[in-house]
Amino acid sequence: MLSCKQVTRLASEKLDRPLSLRERLSFRMHLMMCAACSRFDGQMQFMRTAISRLSRGETPDREDR
Amino acid sequence: MPTDPLTDPAALTRLRREMLRFAELQLRDRALAEDVVQDTFIKAMDKRDSFEGRASIKTWVFSILRNTLINAIRSRAKFVDVSTVESEGEQVALDALFDANGRWMDGARSEVWLAPDQAAENSAFWEVLEVCLNDLPENTARVFTMREFLGLATDEIGQTTGMSVSNIHVVLHRARMGLRECLRQRWFETEAATC
Repeated sequence: MLSCKQVTRLASEKLDRPLSLRERLSFRMHLMMCAACSRFDGQMQFMRTAISRLSRGETPDREDR
Repeated sequence: MPTDPLTDPAALTRLRREMLRFAELQLRDRALAEDVVQDTFIKAMDKRDSFEGRASIKTWVFSILRNTLINAIRSRAKFVDVSTVESEGEQVALDALFDANGRWMDGARSEVWLAPDQAAENSAFWEVLEVCLNDLPENTARVFTMREFLGLATDEIGQTTGMSVSNIHVVLHRARMGLRECLRQRWFETEAATC
């Protein structure tokens, strides 16, 4: 059984490498039972999407300041 | 007709400032960032005819900027200080988020982030995101932005920096934890508090 701390590590690593079958299963099992880690996983994906937009120049034009 | 930033001086200044901020978040070096942005403009002017109008000019210029950044990083030995990046990890207090059994501490547990989609449409959000990226320790940020800004794979980052892939995973994880904490505190939780 993975701890929340281990799950956050996998939530990060799955953005950088394919997880093994075993990792994927235990990760998914934990998320089904843990709302906090489930939200954490969503936040990781949100951050990835936002930063990708930033790096593609797809952000709203900034006013002069 | 949207203005063409490459010919409109005010738009050009704005675009240049955004590119410079982006390059500096990546490089953590103002002078080098200036050089890279300058190179990018020269390339953009040269390749002006190849712009097909499918994307916005800004998006097109940013794609050239990212390529220029990759070249700048690859040509620099020791872009990331490997020994420093390890000690920087301690600045992101990962252990404070979890108890001894690896469970979330009360204050660190994830709350619902209100409307991330709406956040992304709000230009203030992007400023906060930049502040939070800027708050990451220098070498950690370099590794993280190689992955997230430039889309380099971990083995490519390893070749460029001399870091092991497992070490890169640790650094990326810490960077994401740090960024998430910052966004929670500076954006999502303050938003939630006003509701």
